[in-house]
Amino acid sequence: MMRFAVPAFAILVLVFMISPIFVIFPLSFSSGSVLTLPVPGYSLQWYEDFFFSERWLSATKNSFIVGFATMFLAGILGTMAAFGINYSDFRGKKLILAALSLPMIVPLIVTATSMFLAFSIVGIANSLSGLVIAHTIIAAPYVVITVLASLQTFDMNLLRAALSLGAHPITAFREVVMPMIMPGVIAGAIFAFATSFDELVIAIFITGPGQFTLPRQMFAGLREFLSPTISAAAVIMVLLSFVLLFFTELVRQRGERLKASSNE
Amino acid sequence: MSRKSRISWLLVAPLLALVLIGFILPIGYTLFKSVKNPEVTAALPRTAAALEVWDGIDLPPEAVFQAFVQDLTEAEDRKAFGAMTRRLNFEQSGARSTLMSANRNAQNLSEPFTTSLPEAVSEFGEPEIWQLIKQHSNPYTAQYLLRAMDLKQDHQGNVSRVQEDQAIFVELFWRTFEISIFVTLLCIFLGYPTAYYISTLSDRGASYAMLFVLIPFWTSILVRTTAWFILLQREGPINAALMGAGLIDEPMTMIFTRFAVYIAMVHVLLPFFVLPVHSVMKRQGMEYVKAAASLGAPPWKQFLTVYLPLTMPGVAAGAVIVFMLSVGFYVTPALVGGLQDQMVSYYIAFFANQTINLGMASSLAVLLLIFTAVIIVITKILLPNTGRGIRA
Repeated sequence: MMRFAVPAFAILVLVFMISPIFVIFPLSFSSGSVLTLPVPGYSLQWYEDFFFSERWLSATKNSFIVGFATMFLAGILGTMAAFGINYSDFRGKKLILAALSLPMIVPLIVTATSMFLAFSIVGIANSLSGLVIAHTIIAAPYVVITVLASLQTFDMNLLRAALSLGAHPITAFREVVMPMIMPGVIAGAIFAFATSFDELVIAIFITGPGQFTLPRQMFAGLREFLSPTISAAAVIMVLLSFVLLFFTELVRQRGERLKASSNE
Repeated sequence: MSRKSRISWLLVAPLLALVLIGFILPIGYTLFKSVKNPEVTAALPRTAAALEVWDGIDLPPEAVFQAFVQDLTEAEDRKAFGAMTRRLNFEQSGARSTLMSANRNAQNLSEPFTTSLPEAVSEFGEPEIWQLIKQHSNPYTAQYLLRAMDLKQDHQGNVSRVQEDQAIFVELFWRTFEISIFVTLLCIFLGYPTAYYISTLSDRGASYAMLFVLIPFWTSILVRTTAWFILLQREGPINAALMGAGLIDEPMTMIFTRFAVYIAMVHVLLPFFVLPVHSVMKRQGMEYVKAAASLGAPPWKQFLTVYLPLTMPGVAAGAVIVFMLSVGFYVTPALVGGLQDQMVSYYIAFFANQTINLGMASSLAVLLLIFTAVIIVITKILLPNTGRGIRA
């Protein structure tokens, strides 16, 4: 009996995991104004509503601005830090690793409250730059982790060889190290973008109405009035997650091929 | 320092500086904010100074009354006065209106104030309001932290439990703990067999099955909560389907209940459990189980004595991640739960953004932080090899 019970149970759980995400697709194309199934007919009115609404468009724009800024900042700072951590066994290394991973462990609400209190003093609460700083801090540890993982398979002798042949350190880094750790850097950067794009709790604390991001605008919408436009916004966010997941898988597979070829 | 370590430090420094200034310093400030008590000394500086020599038992001397009236009549900063009245009203309801009427009458009072002030506002003829002002003339207080544990301190320093109708926070922490434990258990119950099933599939089958886990994992928590918010509505798809099938006659109330919180939280957190468990199961393989089987162990024994212990590190890692994330959850319960289903995070946001009681917001944040630290220490002791790389 167990032969069938476990697969049946597992398949039910897998369906449970995926179906709520797909239920919102037909709802967002509904021609009715109540979010229920079966939909009375199909239309694009809620997408029209989304793409012609000043509020939703500005929220989307803000999300992309903050997401890309976070991706670059966290990507560059995280890669540098990971390389530094990997480069030598300096004193205080363990302590630094612990400090850098704290933002992953502290509950987000505590981080949000603290940043709200502190950023208000220096006047960067209620600004997109404040949000970028906050998101960079919570996203950078993921970049550090992924880059560290890809550095672990990197042979430091290659760098030494380049340097001994007279390459400038920056050239050596760009030509020798970067291609090898690029999959890790890109995967970390994509994760940083996704972290920022999905983040809501800090956005609730440190953005005013003019700086709403997409999740912040959705949250405000859900609390006011459940308009089907929200389901259109949700579908757009899901599609973006698909794109990010697709890129991550692509980079991961490329990275595995690269690893396999360098071990030959 | 060697040249190599110097390069390491230079590379780490920018991110470290950002984390120190933008994260660790703010957390430290929150700790500080939870004991800060500047309102009374800011609004009533002379009164606070004069009260220092008062024994705190009988009515204070004329000098204190005089200082108080002077503070009221010569006050320049009206905002500080408002903040002070709100601050004292939080400690003792009614204090605000008492202070406001003293403020309205202050201009017309004549000496001696020991008789004229109580004539105008009778509360000032009793020691209580003076004791309250004196108690909060101290720039630091444990009152917020005590209140976050349903305790209070009187003017003599005795700590006691607050009145029944104000005692909400101990229950709140218990509820947070209870919801988190229950969500974790549900994730184990649903996730373990699922991860096992995926690990038994062929490479191709497993990568398709993993899509069912990875797509939710990459979909934002808010989007998934929104999906449940829509699904669980009274006129929503689930009620429509159940009524269409003739299973129920009228729509069930699902949204804004504890049931909604559990189902949405489990849905949001399940991938965080399945992923680490699956990676352990994939690495483990079935060799030892086959060995046990060939030696004649019945299936239940193969599972309990071989497979379960071997996959335990994954279960522990997944459970710790799910529990830790649950404890700090805000968005999901705030959207699909009722007031009786809210966790600590909700009240932190409530005090920070709605009533602007930053002392309470930071006290609850500090306690939540300590709560999390305790959990980490306990898991480190019980399971020394887990908890690495928690993704949130």
